[in-house]
Amino acid sequence: MATTAATPSYEQTGIWSWITTVDHKRIGALYLYTALFFFMFGGLEAGVIRWQLAQPNQHIVSAELYNQLFTMHGTTMIFLAVMPLSAAFFNFLIPLQIGARDVAFPRLNAFSYWVYVLGGTFMTLPIFFNTAPNGGWFGYAPLTTLPFSSGLNIDFWVMGLQILGISSLAAAFNFITTIINMRAPGMTLMRMPVFTWMSFVVQFLLVLAFPVITIALVFLLFDRFFGTNFYEIAAGADPLLWQHLFWVFGHPEVYILILPAFGLVSEILPTFSRKPLFGYNVVVYSGIMIGFLGFGVWAHHMFAVGMGATADTIFALTTMLIGIPTGVKIFNWIATMWGGQIRFTAAMKFAIGLIALFTIGGISGVMHSSPPADLQQTDTYFVVAHFHYVLFGGSIMGIFGGIYFYYPKITGRYMSEVLGTWHFWCTFIAMNLTFFPMHFSGMLGMPRRIYTYDAGQGWDTFNLISSIGTGLLILSTLIFVVNFLKSRKSGEVAPGDAWGAGTLEWTIPSPPPDYNFAEIPFVTSRYPLWDLKHPERTSGIAHSAPDVMTITDAHATPVHEEMGHKTAAELGIPMPFNTVKPLIAAAALVAMFGGLLFMHTNQFAVAMTITIGSASLFVGTLYAWLTSPLE
Amino acid sequence: MASAVAEVHEHTHYTTTGLDNRKVAIWAFIGSECMLFMSLISTYLIYKGKSIVGPFPHEAWTDPSGHVFKPILNIPVTSQSTFVLLMSSLVMVLALAAVENRGKPGYQGTLLGNSKLWLAATAALGATFLGYQAYEFTSFVHEGLTIHTNLFGSSFFTLTGFHGAHVTAGVLWLLTLLSIDIKRGLTPKDALLVDICALYWHFVDVVWIAIFTLVYLIK
Repeated sequence: MATTAATPSYEQTGIWSWITTVDHKRIGALYLYTALFFFMFGGLEAGVIRWQLAQPNQHIVSAELYNQLFTMHGTTMIFLAVMPLSAAFFNFLIPLQIGARDVAFPRLNAFSYWVYVLGGTFMTLPIFFNTAPNGGWFGYAPLTTLPFSSGLNIDFWVMGLQILGISSLAAAFNFITTIINMRAPGMTLMRMPVFTWMSFVVQFLLVLAFPVITIALVFLLFDRFFGTNFYEIAAGADPLLWQHLFWVFGHPEVYILILPAFGLVSEILPTFSRKPLFGYNVVVYSGIMIGFLGFGVWAHHMFAVGMGATADTIFALTTMLIGIPTGVKIFNWIATMWGGQIRFTAAMKFAIGLIALFTIGGISGVMHSSPPADLQQTDTYFVVAHFHYVLFGGSIMGIFGGIYFYYPKITGRYMSEVLGTWHFWCTFIAMNLTFFPMHFSGMLGMPRRIYTYDAGQGWDTFNLISSIGTGLLILSTLIFVVNFLKSRKSGEVAPGDAWGAGTLEWTIPSPPPDYNFAEIPFVTSRYPLWDLKHPERTSGIAHSAPDVMTITDAHATPVHEEMGHKTAAELGIPMPFNTVKPLIAAAALVAMFGGLLFMHTNQFAVAMTITIGSASLFVGTLYAWLTSPLE
Repeated sequence: MASAVAEVHEHTHYTTTGLDNRKVAIWAFIGSECMLFMSLISTYLIYKGKSIVGPFPHEAWTDPSGHVFKPILNIPVTSQSTFVLLMSSLVMVLALAAVENRGKPGYQGTLLGNSKLWLAATAALGATFLGYQAYEFTSFVHEGLTIHTNLFGSSFFTLTGFHGAHVTAGVLWLLTLLSIDIKRGLTPKDALLVDICALYWHFVDVVWIAIFTLVYLIK
């Protein structure tokens, strides 16, 4: 048993089974591979940017291409890398952590993935034809309206973001329903693993924030395609309308990017400190608080536009306020490690790395919550340094930690700890080498988004260091790729409980069988597996069994380690049928938006044929999908 | 083995809240739609009175050549269409009650139990509302207001057009339910299908009440 890895049942069936899969674990794996690919693509875009800026007055790329590179670097990292990497964990982990056999709507889940991968491709390909989006990831209108941005560049961005929004919204409805409605008996809300909790908050942020950018993009799309006046200043439009709508979405988006990483480290730290999370309730409540306050701080992105003292003051205060629940989490994590028997695995190193680096980014964030300070820092490299500390130092470090931690659960094999340690230290050093000097170049006045600069302004050395750091960062990512691929074949075989962790996902085999749990468990505390193996760790935590009626209703059994020797058919567990309909629906949806682009090349008939044709295909597929049985 | 299959099949019916997944999801969807319409309505209100040229919603406007444009919004006509849409919510409730109570005394074989009639009536009233909207849009265009004309035109047509698109989707949904009812008959087991459609339909109605108040009635 320990010498050969259990073969996951899904590996036996070839490529068609991946295309038609509705299994949340396989969709999670698809998200993981695709998002890692986009992460590397976005990283290479950053590599070109840093190559260009390594020395003054370089012309490795033109100003036009540079605009496309920084726009696509931001857009790719946010929408095509970090969000889908989080989605990979949502998919893989949420059902396992709450004791469910799948998500609430397995086919909708497949649809979300296919919309994402097709929409991402739709937005990424234009860079090879020099027509990639070039208006920044925030796409400020009126700059992005037709008179100032003709050409298809911005059209790809508008359509692409609409498409990706549909993917995120569909996934969010799915996970909200899954978490509310599919928890095993006894898995009360305040017993859910913190990763599931943070994901839960994120789904609400998605559901409430994405409609706002959808409408902002609809206005832009109508302005560009149908001649409306939403961003037409000559018609009396407000030049700040876009900024307000965008940041009402954009600031919650920041928490959409970071909270899943917070959730992951809240799983890693207790496991490797061999102690329950310190102040679980406070970690959960502060996560909810961040979600709420996240909707009340958007205008701190707009201190420089002259909103007036009252608005500036209010948004400065709410911004300082949101630092509190965030800081509380940092202390909870430190206190979790305090007095624990710590194992310094690669996952643990990345989790601790997040605490250190995110704190630096958090502190510079509090610095520009003050409008007078922000007026000096806005649109400089200081801000670039800040958000890379929170997004790379926070989200990416947390996600890397999560990959090292959950790789054995996903594949049945450990990643190499030696390479993992190399990866960590290279990333940690390179990350600081890249982004720390940006604080200084920013303070010395270097603006964001300039494609080159003159020598002798005090920026040269800092830029060179940043660029060297980026080279090292690319190298350290290569170490990760080698480790990721090599361990798949030759990594050490992992048992179900790969790390001695306490939550439900570790009670089932690695990789889990397609039905997850042969018997739905009923849960009596926050760390059910530790109750079995290390009761001394959980003696301070409340325990109570769900009532007998609930247990009977769900045919639940006490938590135990499962071996997964039987197939779903042997156990009599009905499994959803594979289907290609979600892929067809997703392709039709992407073609529907894509077809509209022909309007800007004056091929009106082609545009209408493609758009109306794909819309009909979409509706037809939807009917076929909804009328065919799930299992 | 057969009993095991039956037993396990029971598992799929257990949910934490006791509600069907689809019911939870439609509420999440409606929450999301609130933000969608809030963004549209806010934009309309922010741009109210900001148009540089007419026509305007509540005031007459004379263009530089001396041509006089009437106030655009026709409140009596829209009051009728609002009434039609509100009545559609009433018959929607009757349709759901007819499906839920199929076979019960007072419903079996009576007018009240005729789910096909009530579903068809809901769809018809929804379609009538859309007819009013088509008439309204056409007459506005004839009076000189298009989506290009000014900020009012852009924000008005986009807001009400989005609502109209939602009504259209609802009518298609209702007609789908009606065709199922005709084909095999909806039973109390299918009540959920009607229930979630009804929730959506009432939501679209409530949004219209907000639009009618904020756009039409308040000057």
